[in-house]
Amino acid sequence: MEIQKTALYNYHKNLGAKFVPFAGYEMPIQYKDGIVKEHISTRTYAGFFDVSHMGQFFLEGDETLIESLEKIIPADLKNLKVNHSKYSFLLNNEGGIIDDLIITRTEKGFCIILNAACKENDIKQISQFLNKDHKHLLNNDLSLIALQGPKSVEILEKLVPGVANLKFMTGGNFEYEGEKLYVTRSGYTGEDGFEISISNTKVEKLIDYLISNEVKPIGLGARDTLRLEAGLCLYGHDLNEKINPVEANLKWAIAKKRKEVGGFNGWEKIKNLLVNGSEKIRVGIKPDGKVIARENTKIFSSDNNEIGYVTSGTFGPSVNAPVAMGYVKSEFSEVGTYIQLEVRGKKYGGKIFELPFYKKSYVK
Amino acid sequence: MSEKKFSKKHEWVSLDGDVATVGITKHATEMLGDIVFVEVPDAGKVVEKEGQAAVVESTKAASDVYSPISGDITEGNKAIADDPGSVNTDPEGASWFFKLKIKDKGEYDSLMSKDEYDKFCKENPS
Repeated sequence: MEIQKTALYNYHKNLGAKFVPFAGYEMPIQYKDGIVKEHISTRTYAGFFDVSHMGQFFLEGDETLIESLEKIIPADLKNLKVNHSKYSFLLNNEGGIIDDLIITRTEKGFCIILNAACKENDIKQISQFLNKDHKHLLNNDLSLIALQGPKSVEILEKLVPGVANLKFMTGGNFEYEGEKLYVTRSGYTGEDGFEISISNTKVEKLIDYLISNEVKPIGLGARDTLRLEAGLCLYGHDLNEKINPVEANLKWAIAKKRKEVGGFNGWEKIKNLLVNGSEKIRVGIKPDGKVIARENTKIFSSDNNEIGYVTSGTFGPSVNAPVAMGYVKSEFSEVGTYIQLEVRGKKYGGKIFELPFYKKSYVK
Repeated sequence: MSEKKFSKKHEWVSLDGDVATVGITKHATEMLGDIVFVEVPDAGKVVEKEGQAAVVESTKAASDVYSPISGDITEGNKAIADDPGSVNTDPEGASWFFKLKIKDKGEYDSLMSKDEYDKFCKENPS
């Protein structure tokens, strides 16, 4: 497969980006400042992220479109208001997570933001439930820019008046340079901020503006430390097709009505797990010292029985300590439970920790 | 203290009598990025040439630090374990990793000079 580039590739290069292949794209892992500084800039001021590799999938159709999508997505799409967004999933027959996503109701249908590595398969999976009257398009003419951090609202409001009125997980159409812009108040860092869908031809101009307002470019490295501190899952690591939303500790993301009525892939299994609990569950983990428990680190109980594994682990610059997430047997999932982490053949102490590691309130 | 010698795995060594001091190069720290964890060996540990001796982790990944020279560890630098970020600021000075009593000075002599190492880095960018 040929490696793809986003519309901003050369722009990143000029900013001194170091690139890595990610989900078939050549993406910046960091810029000149490095991961820790980029992370702190986002938390204290604002940073922008090129997330144009993610799929922007648009669907249009009549009432039957909702019925079709609800077969694979456990959100309450019937009652989702126009310009409102929900975090949800595509589920397989076993209730396993094919992908996690953000779905937004548009005037004519829905827009779904899909993970880059999953988007092609996602569209195949969704298409199985669509009929010939449902139109769909993976729009590659659009870039997606995340603007995150406490200064985001002030900076974007100057350029795009009205965005300050958006509440968390809502969006709207705006004008910029004579073109339509779709902006949602959302993100993946635990900070206030926006995701901006903008045409590939105008995106450089938007970034020029952000940089002139001292917004820093942020690579995938800091995106990972930011989202992990915020307790957010990364598909392919914390989530996969063999993990269901109950195990992933994401049952809150299944609409209440849908939990009762069902009618989506894997509901039988999920219904049962909602009543009886799952054998394993995703938790936050804080190692005691400085040791970093990375993905696949084995987790042991205090009496040395293997009880789980780490799915994400790094150093959290804002927490100023190592942070991790992983799956443990449910009886060991209570916050404060002492555990051991096997790193390079040696066991280190740690505790089950309440997520998120880092908390700031969103604008509601 | 003798002149610094360099390995292909981006460690440096200086020699004072039969005690060598080992650290990682500035070039290595630039490749690693922000260093957030360091594990140094305890005194008494025996290391072989090119054997694993310490661990360094950046926000990105964990890497082993190898000893470019055989010997008995006399001291690990606890200061860098307490403050891993100091390796980024002074990798070829105060932030050395460990000292060891060497067995064979020939191993030291066979390492690269500063000029040879700089040339090696230029020819092997990563």
